[in-house]
Amino acid sequence: MPDTRTLKQLVLGRKDVQDLSDNEQELPPELMTVNMGPSHPAMHGTVRIVLTVDGERVVRGDVQPGYLHRCFEKESEHATYTQVFPYTDRLNYVSPMINNVGWAMVGEKLLGLTGKLPRRTEYIRVIVSEMSRMTDHLTCVGASAMELGAFTPFRYLLKCREWLYELLEKVSGARLTHSYVRIGGVSKDLPSDFHADLTLALDRIEGVLVECEGLLNNNKIFYDRMSGIGVMTREHAIATGCVGPIARACGVDYDVRRDYPYSIYPELEFDVPLGTTGDCLDRYLVRLEEIKQSIRMLRQCLAQIPDGPVMADDHRVALPPKRDTYNTIESMIRHFKHIMDGVRVPPGEAYAFVEGGNGELGFFVVADGTGRPYKAYVRSPSFVHLSTAGDLIRDHLIADVVPIFGMINMIGGECDK
Amino acid sequence: MGVELTTTRVADAAAWAKLFKQSRIDKATNWGRKFSLFTYPFVTACCGMEFMSVAAPKYDIARFGAEFPRFSPRQSDLLMVVGTITEKQGPALKRIFDQMAEPKWVIAFGVCASTGGFYQNYSAMPGCDQVIPVDVYIPGCPPRPEQVLDALILLMERIQAGRGHSQLRTKRDKLAATAAEE
Amino acid sequence: MSQKVLDALTATHGAALARTGSAHGDDIAWVRRESLLEVARWLRDDPAMAFDAPVFCTCIDWLDWHPVGRPASEHWSEGKPRFTVCYQLRSVAHRHRVRLEIELPEEDPRLPSLAELWPAFNWQERETFDMYGVRFDGHPDLRRIYMYEEFVGYPLRKDYPKEKRQPLVRRDDLPENPPASTER
Repeated sequence: MPDTRTLKQLVLGRKDVQDLSDNEQELPPELMTVNMGPSHPAMHGTVRIVLTVDGERVVRGDVQPGYLHRCFEKESEHATYTQVFPYTDRLNYVSPMINNVGWAMVGEKLLGLTGKLPRRTEYIRVIVSEMSRMTDHLTCVGASAMELGAFTPFRYLLKCREWLYELLEKVSGARLTHSYVRIGGVSKDLPSDFHADLTLALDRIEGVLVECEGLLNNNKIFYDRMSGIGVMTREHAIATGCVGPIARACGVDYDVRRDYPYSIYPELEFDVPLGTTGDCLDRYLVRLEEIKQSIRMLRQCLAQIPDGPVMADDHRVALPPKRDTYNTIESMIRHFKHIMDGVRVPPGEAYAFVEGGNGELGFFVVADGTGRPYKAYVRSPSFVHLSTAGDLIRDHLIADVVPIFGMINMIGGECDK
Repeated sequence: MGVELTTTRVADAAAWAKLFKQSRIDKATNWGRKFSLFTYPFVTACCGMEFMSVAAPKYDIARFGAEFPRFSPRQSDLLMVVGTITEKQGPALKRIFDQMAEPKWVIAFGVCASTGGFYQNYSAMPGCDQVIPVDVYIPGCPPRPEQVLDALILLMERIQAGRGHSQLRTKRDKLAATAAEE
Repeated sequence: MSQKVLDALTATHGAALARTGSAHGDDIAWVRRESLLEVARWLRDDPAMAFDAPVFCTCIDWLDWHPVGRPASEHWSEGKPRFTVCYQLRSVAHRHRVRLEIELPEEDPRLPSLAELWPAFNWQERETFDMYGVRFDGHPDLRRIYMYEEFVGYPLRKDYPKEKRQPLVRRDDLPENPPASTER
């Protein structure tokens, strides 16, 4: 929405000149430019907002991203498809498995393997995706609460996140940047005691969520600081490309898992929480409810997961079994070519998208038949949401920038790629 | 400039010994400094998540006295560069480092801040030591919280021995000033 | 998937399209750049189309395009359009998606901006300009978004080396530009 108010109107608010007292007419306050960032107290990554303020009120905000531009696209053009998985981890680094799954899906789309993976693989992917979604929402809610002064929920939610990190470390080997998924499957099977560990963790997390809701939901300070702040209308959300919890808080009923289902989501029962007002409080409540829906989905997955292989039985994507690699020359050469040349994806272009922690996370890949992508573009929801931040903070106080920015959940790695 | 390399020349050895000699007051001051570090977490990327975990109850950096982050360079003495530094960020990082008062220490947290990591491209700086002098480097992508605590202990030992870059710089300037007076 | 979108598009704006196609579940329409605004406006405002949600905007640089297993006529050569700008759109009401691709020559990479129609493309077109040097006529604020203003060149073009750094600041005792490593 272009801002067409004159300078006088900006400075004096909505009052007209004749309504002002003598004092105000003689001494109109001047606008001041204040710089927020790129190094924030909020642990939200690095973005610079140049605020033009009238006292405490923000008149205009110029949001400048790019302080974490790590050249995902350029690096992808020089790496094989499997080597890109670590780069995808570091896109939305609070929910890394979901990025991995998205990249694997675009490779499978180009190879024609969508829907042909073993069922156990699909279940494992959904389990780790939902766990990653939980870490995303726990971090977002915890960090935002901390910035508003609520330190205790931050500690509690980080404790929950630690339980999930330990489990994800048992599955993939790393706490944060897993690189677990491969094109055609996952790299290794779940550990043997995973069911029991995950069930225990989910039970404990549900208990901690009850505590945190008790601390925050009816807390007058939290409510006043979040309610009515950063309101976005439904039409504005759609036109600016907002997706995910932010759009759902405005009433846009769009969830990739339900509307363009992939993997085994059609077989799971879950609800998609919708907000009404589109303010920060709704975004917080939507995220909290999504954590509970993720717990519900995880319990269903644990009950339904079958046994079976974890990699598609397709020579284009699977490494040969180690027994053959070490004993036959053909398998050894095949292994070598697979690692060095990469998965050779036939020429074409495809766009595959998943429901990331922030909404529709898509990968647009142009393949040229070699093992390296020709172009790999990430449709990052954080970038799109950050572009609305300048509009959202207008006419709010400087102190309101904190909850608005926190609830947008801009992840620097995803925004700046 | 880096001067604390071991040397075999006798004259340099004498200067070196003078630089590292500590009085009892020095030792007491450094003991106080090492257990009351005020960190400035210059968080940019994924390592920030591990920084949050280190500050969280399980790995608890508070037991080392380095708990509460001071979000102003004027009030902090340990700059933790957490995550990738890009060329765009360089001037901001340098300005923040210059604004800190002596003595100050820098930890390069994560391999991106140490050498650039696997981001060798036109935008990521190959390590934050292109812009500021670093005392301790923590490799890892991201490093485990235990690694971070190990690095913190290493830094504390360096502080106690008076061998952080800024402590040596101050000492060297003082020695040069007394030598100039004589 | 949404073949009827392409059919309706061909029926109403046949002259504006160079060709249409379908790939891996997406429907693609190659639009001529002179008629881009008209086609885009119709796609947004027509009730049967109702493409109100923008998805992404990006650009493909075909300079190194030598696909394996395809005849030499499909490889890139001088005279072919070097850039293709892609816009992906989605409809909330009708649940269909379409991708518009506009081919641009190397010597004149400009096309009309769609930022007025869909505000999301404001920043995404800035990103495309920053990375590829494609200019968007009518964009309200076309400046670099990821790189800093002093940066020279367009980094995602295929002829920009990956490791060519242009540092803004270095320590006093380090050279401004360290010796170039393998510049691929």
